[in-house]
Amino acid sequence: MTTVLEARDLVKQYPGVTAVDGVSFSVAEGICFGLLGPNGAGKTTTVEIIEGVISATSGAVYYYGEPAGTRFRQEAGIQFQNTALQDFLTVRETIQMFRALYDRKADLDHIVEQCSLGDLLDRDNRKLSGGQRQRLLLAVALVNHPRLIFLDEPTTGLDPQARRNFWDLVQSIRAEGASIVLTTHYMDEAQVLCDDIAIMDAGKIITQGSPNELLRRRYQGLIIELPISDLTDELRQIEHTVHENLGIIEVVTSDVSSSLQQLSPHVRNLNHIKIRQPNLEDLFLDLTGHSLRT
Amino acid sequence: MFGRIYAIFQGRNREFLRDRASFAWNMLLPVVLIFGLSFALGGDRNAYTVGVLQDSDLIETDKHPFLDTRYVLFVPTHDKDDALRKVSRHQLDLLVEFGDVPRYWVNPDSSKGYFAELALLQSDAQATVTIEKERITGAAIRYADWVLPGILGMNMMFSCMFGVGYVVVRYRKNGFLKRLRATPLTAFEFISAQVASRMVLITCITVIVFTATHIILDTRMEGSYFTLFLVAVVGAISMVSLGLIISARVTSEELAGGLLNMVNWPMMLLSGVWFSLEGAGPFVQNLAKIFPLTHVLNAARSVMLDGAALADVAPNLVALTALSAIFIGIGAKVFRWGQY
Repeated sequence: MTTVLEARDLVKQYPGVTAVDGVSFSVAEGICFGLLGPNGAGKTTTVEIIEGVISATSGAVYYYGEPAGTRFRQEAGIQFQNTALQDFLTVRETIQMFRALYDRKADLDHIVEQCSLGDLLDRDNRKLSGGQRQRLLLAVALVNHPRLIFLDEPTTGLDPQARRNFWDLVQSIRAEGASIVLTTHYMDEAQVLCDDIAIMDAGKIITQGSPNELLRRRYQGLIIELPISDLTDELRQIEHTVHENLGIIEVVTSDVSSSLQQLSPHVRNLNHIKIRQPNLEDLFLDLTGHSLRT
Repeated sequence: MFGRIYAIFQGRNREFLRDRASFAWNMLLPVVLIFGLSFALGGDRNAYTVGVLQDSDLIETDKHPFLDTRYVLFVPTHDKDDALRKVSRHQLDLLVEFGDVPRYWVNPDSSKGYFAELALLQSDAQATVTIEKERITGAAIRYADWVLPGILGMNMMFSCMFGVGYVVVRYRKNGFLKRLRATPLTAFEFISAQVASRMVLITCITVIVFTATHIILDTRMEGSYFTLFLVAVVGAISMVSLGLIISARVTSEELAGGLLNMVNWPMMLLSGVWFSLEGAGPFVQNLAKIFPLTHVLNAARSVMLDGAALADVAPNLVALTALSAIFIGIGAKVFRWGQY
């Protein structure tokens, strides 16, 4: 499969801090690549180096095998985490202004329809809700009919319904053939949208692969969750406890029936037991020992 | 309630004091202005400027008691026609000649000329020969005629420099510039767009204000409207470009304000907006030439008051164009999209 984007050994140092420490990854054409990590992991810095917004201390970025340059700027669409738009401009004027900056121009009506902005075209930017604003920012990222789209934490601050609407939108864009680089600290978002992920912490990539592959590699089975308050002291000593967080013990097992039989004598109240699939958050907690949402 | 007020008060104070660059400018600017003006205007400010028509460059006070008057700057002048033009343009309050027949010329529309004349006549009572009053040939220029280009130019200066300077700093602070950085737009293109936008807006405003003032006050307009329009356009480009240099890297509105004031105030004082620099030393007069506003006002006054043609103001237009090219070049070179 063709490689759209390749980051090679990116390093970004600020006085006293190495924000990005030797990050390398590649993005295949047509996929959604997720760069995950907690706040401060270095994912936004990494993406901004790739986008050319900030310069790297060392390392290189390649777009379709060539150093990212003019072609990259013409063909990439970018949605920043926080972007202010010009005051007193309407949605239509904002989209038109950004569209005029590119040689490649997407069909305006199509963008408006895709991002559901039809009823908002004459509204002042400042009067948009959080979800509407994110849709506008995505529309701005689509004005050049991009082959590669960067979405930096696009659903932060949105309510659950707006988040899911945004996911549908991202999937429709991807269905049209664009490749996507998504940075997020929401694991459910990554699990729904991403084909391939890299988890960053402290400026480094700590693991990389498809979500299912990473979970299969790490976990053989399901997770049983038990409230600590319901357990006897004996069970607290068992060795296969994978994590203890917020008053919950998580036990990984490949044989749920057998494990439940073993556990039941040591649990005061079985009504509070939950059995679920391992997810990316479990993986991150396992790998780094701290919460993704901190 | 007071606790909340104090918390905000304290927070704002900390923000201000910890923004060292802005703090330094706020401290430094008044000092620079005080020293700069003291140097430029030299010791006690003279209230009146009087030209003395003579061959020598030295004022000989024993020729007439008036030449001993305090707070009057006496400027030796050799070219009578030029001196009379300056009297009519309020650049000299009075012109005197102490030859065989002592004479003086005054602009009847000049308030400062009126008081300078009173001082002359009082001191003349002690003289052996009575001084004679001469008429200025041609129409005297009212102060309104002389000051109108200055006010329009000053308005243009503030609008160009603050209008662009603050906006660019705000764009940089709120991340709009960063968003533009991610497009094919170059720094030169962005700067050029800002220059063009502000130039068009301020030129339109200046044309409207000029037209209204011209009609209502019947101000003097001897030259071509096209030439005057060209002066306004080229001048606006130059001043916007200067504002862009100042805002090219700054990330704090307070620092931008300090820097813009540091340039605007000397420019306003040394370009002859309110009063002529006729009495200032050659260094100050040459220093004033680095400011775009000086060239704008010289050219505009020449066109409006003296009927100067395009060729006559070409040196000013060339200077403004050169300054614009330098400012835009430096601005594009040092321009920074983001905060860091």
